[in-house]
Amino acid sequence: MSLRIGIDVGGTNTDAVVLDEADRIIARAKRPTSPDVTGGLRAALAAVLDELGDRSGQVSRVMLGTTHATNAILERRSLGRVAVIRLGAPATTSIPPLYAWPADLRKAVAAGAVIVRGGYFVDGRPIAPLDTDAVRRFLNETGDGVPVEAVAITGVFSPASGDQEKQVAEIARAELGERIAVSLSHEIGSLGLLERENATVLNAALYGVARDVTGGLRQALDERGLTVETFFAQNDGTLMAVEYAARYPVLTIGSGPANSLRGAAFLSGVSDAIVADVGGTSTDLGVLTGGFPRESAAAVEIGGVTTNFRMPDILSVALGGGTVIGEGLGPRSVGYRITKEALAFGGPTPTMTDAAVAAGRGAVGTHPVAAGERLSRAVRLADEMVIDAVDRVALGRADRPLIAVGGGAFILPRKVPGVSEVIRPADAAVANAVGAAIALASGRFETIAPAGAGRAAVIERAKEEAAARAVAAGADSRRVQIVELTEVPLSYLSEPAVRVHVKAAGPLI
Amino acid sequence: MQAAITLDDVAPLARGCAVLGTGGGGDVRSGALAASRAIREHGDVPLLTLADLADDALVVPLSGIGAPTVSHEMIHAEAEPDRIRDEIERIFGRPPSAVMSSEIGGGNGVAPVAWAARLGVPLLDADGMGRAFPEVQMVSMYVAGLPAGLVIMTDVIGNVVTIRPVDGLWAEQIARAVCVAAGSSALMADYVLTAREARGAVIENTVTRAIEVGRATENAADPLTALREALDAKRLIGGKVTDVARHTAGGFVRGTVTVEGVGDDRGRTLTLQIQNENLVALQDGRVLAMVPDLISVVDSQTATAVQTEALRYGQRVSVLAWPCDPLWRTPMGLRTAGPRAFGYDLEYVPVEEIGV
Repeated sequence: MSLRIGIDVGGTNTDAVVLDEADRIIARAKRPTSPDVTGGLRAALAAVLDELGDRSGQVSRVMLGTTHATNAILERRSLGRVAVIRLGAPATTSIPPLYAWPADLRKAVAAGAVIVRGGYFVDGRPIAPLDTDAVRRFLNETGDGVPVEAVAITGVFSPASGDQEKQVAEIARAELGERIAVSLSHEIGSLGLLERENATVLNAALYGVARDVTGGLRQALDERGLTVETFFAQNDGTLMAVEYAARYPVLTIGSGPANSLRGAAFLSGVSDAIVADVGGTSTDLGVLTGGFPRESAAAVEIGGVTTNFRMPDILSVALGGGTVIGEGLGPRSVGYRITKEALAFGGPTPTMTDAAVAAGRGAVGTHPVAAGERLSRAVRLADEMVIDAVDRVALGRADRPLIAVGGGAFILPRKVPGVSEVIRPADAAVANAVGAAIALASGRFETIAPAGAGRAAVIERAKEEAAARAVAAGADSRRVQIVELTEVPLSYLSEPAVRVHVKAAGPLI
Repeated sequence: MQAAITLDDVAPLARGCAVLGTGGGGDVRSGALAASRAIREHGDVPLLTLADLADDALVVPLSGIGAPTVSHEMIHAEAEPDRIRDEIERIFGRPPSAVMSSEIGGGNGVAPVAWAARLGVPLLDADGMGRAFPEVQMVSMYVAGLPAGLVIMTDVIGNVVTIRPVDGLWAEQIARAVCVAAGSSALMADYVLTAREARGAVIENTVTRAIEVGRATENAADPLTALREALDAKRLIGGKVTDVARHTAGGFVRGTVTVEGVGDDRGRTLTLQIQNENLVALQDGRVLAMVPDLISVVDSQTATAVQTEALRYGQRVSVLAWPCDPLWRTPMGLRTAGPRAFGYDLEYVPVEEIGV
């Protein structure tokens, strides 16, 4: 009998669940997230292992969704010093690498930056022969005597051809030693040079953080005498093997919302739905399509840096269980102090939890809450916020259910216009951790294909590459499927062309 | 009018240019980054009117041409404007006295700040469109009857191509072929003008206007109303996007966007016809606004312009329309960029004469 543990490190709480082979939840725990992140993770892990008792030896896999990387970037902490190489001169010189970065983040990360001759045109011709001498010179001179910890390499149109980036990686290993960490943009992001370059540099800066997290998790598991495989959740709701996460730590950013959406799908058995994750301070609404989160089309900023990651399309509204009822409703929240502050816990502050309790939506707390005009008005206001938010994400479709998850899900109304029904699955409070535990492994690939002859072959190659990447991330090669294929037409080219994006996913081996 | 473009003006200019882009004109972000970097490097860019220039002073209208996806990936080379300037000096025996934006709408409204800063010359407070258009001949200089003179192009590599086309249509065709050979991105000077020729042949005050439009929505309590007032625009509808249909044809992205009304506009449906830019707005088959008047889709809350390529289901948007420059309403202006120039069998009616 083999068990697996899903852990989700959130801003407020760290949740852990244990699933058996039949995907039944047999243990669950919620612990406060500690300032060092790892402490809360160990506490939640210890709690579920204690609950398992003798069966803890049956745990064979641990899936972790964590905010370590996000926190490191936001706090400019534990970041590696990165040598930044762009292949594209004489093109691209009007905006140098890291130009729009916040000064303190640039200072924490950049060991030096250069644009060397190289890169490709949209049609695959080289812009210039790769200037390998300039690469060597830069690597030997950069860093002001302080060792460079990683190298980030970004070539123009590398998503269509990664050869030059690979060649520069070889040079970096030859010059700085076999063990130097190298981050290649064509493995990380899609078209859009500056955004992809930013993500590649952040990825390179996070190698140390990735080592700390994997080391911390490994140590916590060793202490319990567990030998398990570990996987990391990524921003699209799929998993990567620990070796893969060590190479692409930046992909762990944004895994929380994705996990909660995937967990909601699993707990409810519904794959097309709107999901509302109600926390203490806010409610995050997202959309599940075919069991995966709908992704945002807008550029994603991480720590003041624009990237082109695909993140779940989330609408956050300032409404949670701890939202304070004053003259109006919120946006202030009592947050984690709810068990001291709220009326239902004998505290002095009327909160949304109290209003929901008074309205008969849930039996929460230790003290009775008297109904009153102020509380019932708050319920009406909250319902209006939820209905409007649902309408915003529903895109005119009214035939899907709303799945309510998260610790504060009981505050939601029983009926919401614009959805077919409101589903409240069991264990909804730990949906994020469940989402991590049940996730698939995936891979993505993006390239440009001619719209006419040759299109089919290019798309076939893109599918194969995406599937190969899914297998590298841990998926079972026999069960990998193409789960997403988008083609966007491009304008102003000689030959009609399309930008092709493929995602493959499959269950873990 | 302000005396110069400073670092603080770049963000509002970019916001304003995005609105004047009427859905097209390319992304303003990389132009804004290049502009702010060039100002840091070379200093503020003086802003001039035509009256400030001697009759024989040369004005060089510049624009980046090519595929937006390409220019987002293969960013311009810093030295591109130098080569245009050198070629002009070689041909005319004197350097240009000012840079002008060929197209104020979209990224080509912002990037000339970077090019002027780089060359150390002032920017002319004018452009060739007062908005964005998809084709090279759709400029005020063509409409004003200036003979097709000179087109100078350069690419990221350093190649320089000088074209002496017989007319604007040929200029468009040859320039596009050169652009493709250059990797689908190039910098182009079209109609190098003397200040004398430019008078009456360019649309003045548009840089200032773009900055004002961008500034209007900064810190406004009600950005949408502030934007409408700054543009003196009609609101055709406030609603949400319920359908986006796109396809490419003849090198352009064409499509239709459907906006269903919310609030006061509940029950109404607006359809936008798009060819890179927003060209025609219809309700129940009735035209509410059409090219060359300007039609812009903006976020209902922030009043930020939404590019055609970024339109998607569920967005809360307002559609604004306002009159184009009078030059576009002349017979030649309408022949060049009226509804029929885009294949719509419609008689042009000015937007202010149509009731919503």
